[in-house]
Amino acid sequence: MKQLTRARWRCRRGLLELDIVLQRFMNERYALLCEPELRQFDALLDLSDNDLWDMIKIKTEVSDTRSQSVLQLLRAI
Amino acid sequence: MAIIKRKFDAVIVGAGGAGMRAALQLSEAGFKVAVITKVFPTRSHTVAAQGGIAASLGNVTEDNWHWHMYDTVKGSDYLGDQDAIEFMCRQASEVVYELEHFGMPFDRLENGKIYQRPFGGQSQNFGGAQATRSCATADRTGHALLHTLYQRNVQANTQFFIEWMGLDLIHNEQGEVLGLMAMEIETGEVMLLHAKVTLLATGGGGRVFQASTNAFINTGDGLGMAARAGIPLEDMEFWQFHPTGVYGAGVLISEAVRGEGGYLLNKDGERFMERYAPNARDLASRDVISRALTTEIREGRGCGNNADHLLLKLDHLGENIIRTRLPGIREIAIRFAQVDPINQPIPVVPTAHYMMGGIPTNLHGQVVAPYKTGPEEVIQGLYAVGECACVSVHGANRLGTNSLLDIVVFGRAAGDQIAKDLRKNLHHKPLPITVADKTLARLARLDGQKNGESVAQVGDLLRQTMQTHCGVFRFADMLKQGVVKINEIAERVAHTEIHDKSRVFNTARVEALELDNLIEVALASMVSAEGRKESRGAHARDDFPIRDDDKWLKHTLYFSENQRLDYKPVRLKPLTVGSFLPQERVY
Repeated sequence: MKQLTRARWRCRRGLLELDIVLQRFMNERYALLCEPELRQFDALLDLSDNDLWDMIKIKTEVSDTRSQSVLQLLRAI
Repeated sequence: MAIIKRKFDAVIVGAGGAGMRAALQLSEAGFKVAVITKVFPTRSHTVAAQGGIAASLGNVTEDNWHWHMYDTVKGSDYLGDQDAIEFMCRQASEVVYELEHFGMPFDRLENGKIYQRPFGGQSQNFGGAQATRSCATADRTGHALLHTLYQRNVQANTQFFIEWMGLDLIHNEQGEVLGLMAMEIETGEVMLLHAKVTLLATGGGGRVFQASTNAFINTGDGLGMAARAGIPLEDMEFWQFHPTGVYGAGVLISEAVRGEGGYLLNKDGERFMERYAPNARDLASRDVISRALTTEIREGRGCGNNADHLLLKLDHLGENIIRTRLPGIREIAIRFAQVDPINQPIPVVPTAHYMMGGIPTNLHGQVVAPYKTGPEEVIQGLYAVGECACVSVHGANRLGTNSLLDIVVFGRAAGDQIAKDLRKNLHHKPLPITVADKTLARLARLDGQKNGESVAQVGDLLRQTMQTHCGVFRFADMLKQGVVKINEIAERVAHTEIHDKSRVFNTARVEALELDNLIEVALASMVSAEGRKESRGAHARDDFPIRDDDKWLKHTLYFSENQRLDYKPVRLKPLTVGSFLPQERVY
């Protein structure tokens, strides 16, 4: 429960684009994530707004492949 | 409820560019500084500023601060205070070089100097040729600024309270501000921060509009706190709108689309800008296009089931141009409007972007109000900077890239003034016994409310009402009804209920507390807009279409108590140069 409520707050960002995408993600996909994916999502939320948005939007290559599956889900939202 | 108390020299609310610039000045001077922030500092809304920071470095074309000052006064439609504008424009180069020394990675020219780009409203020689004045870090200037200031603050031992929300100012009977009540979002714990000085740097309140480019965190928290403490809000009728935000989402579609040949259509498929601006058409200035969109909607030519938006058509440009020159726009349209602009037009609506008004301050960041005897008396212990403040350098309309300049110049100036005041005033003032009562009562009301209203529903109604009654183009009857409606909504805000009463990361509680702030911003904006019977800058009235300097060359002050309006003169006298007297604003 705390993991969910904490993630929900950390989806509050400085960029409106991210607010909207992350809110959709929380409502539609978050509950379906498995444990390793939850950790990936947490790691993505630690990124700077512009870096995270570029990854989702411009589809910049991600060197750390561990975040790939959650990033794919975010891109599809 | 037992409350934890802690003492600091200075408490700063907000960790965007303004709050962190002030914090740095104070921490480096050796003071004990706490910065309260709802989100991690580098995720503040400053991050959304892409264009750059204006400074007359003259690295690309000849420039000087006096020309910058002229542009800013003219842009403000002569409502900006000319002493503050001179102060800001004169300091611009110095603060940019200072940021450079702090390690901010500005883009460079081939000769190694800081790169500058031209922006709308910038001129040489008092209205002559285009000036090139904005210093930038690609399209990430705000991001670079936040990271630079955060790193410096960490080195200087600024203490950050991350994921904490400021709730209320605390003050004594004399009205001296003694600190802040705040809540930790993770635990719901309430803390009293007893401070010699308190600085509000909470940013704008653009979330009062249904269509807003602002991030969700921009709920005008500092303005709500000020209004509840009896402090007036200045010039709240002035909101800058961008003509093409994505309908339903708010995300901006940049002017680049219309620059490439995209144009706007109403429900009849008519290219309506031809009627409003026969020459410039879809490339007219932002305010002209925003007003045209609003008129089309009001006259029943809007699109969609609710006839409440227009369409931006670009499919005629062809797939190749859209894919190569406008890939980011296509991405935004697909993601946020669910249309591919290669085949379909993008639904757009004028979208609230920036709040020119705010908490009244002087150019040292001290909050001033008609408090005891004078019209601009300093409120002891309270300072404000950035979008939440009204100093007023933007007047009735802000120029692009002057907002980052504002936060850095006045963040630093407030830091300097606070340091000076702290050196004089060594002791914390005693706290009245009842100091926390109002805040605790507000929290207890929320926890105990039965059969109350939904925060989301009342919030939506607030945003719709602001959009309909206090939007781009304002009509006498709509404003009058708007004042009644927003007061009805205020009644409902006082009876909101949250079903989740848990303490841990309770976003519902935070949103209810934010709504207490949004309603203050909305009331101030609606009442101030109804009161100003002229058109100036971003405030455009159907019944008073002309600027009226004889009657209205003055700042509005809105007091939440009895929703009283007062006015104070514009400071037309600069610090060292002659005044720029009001003239017709033609571009």
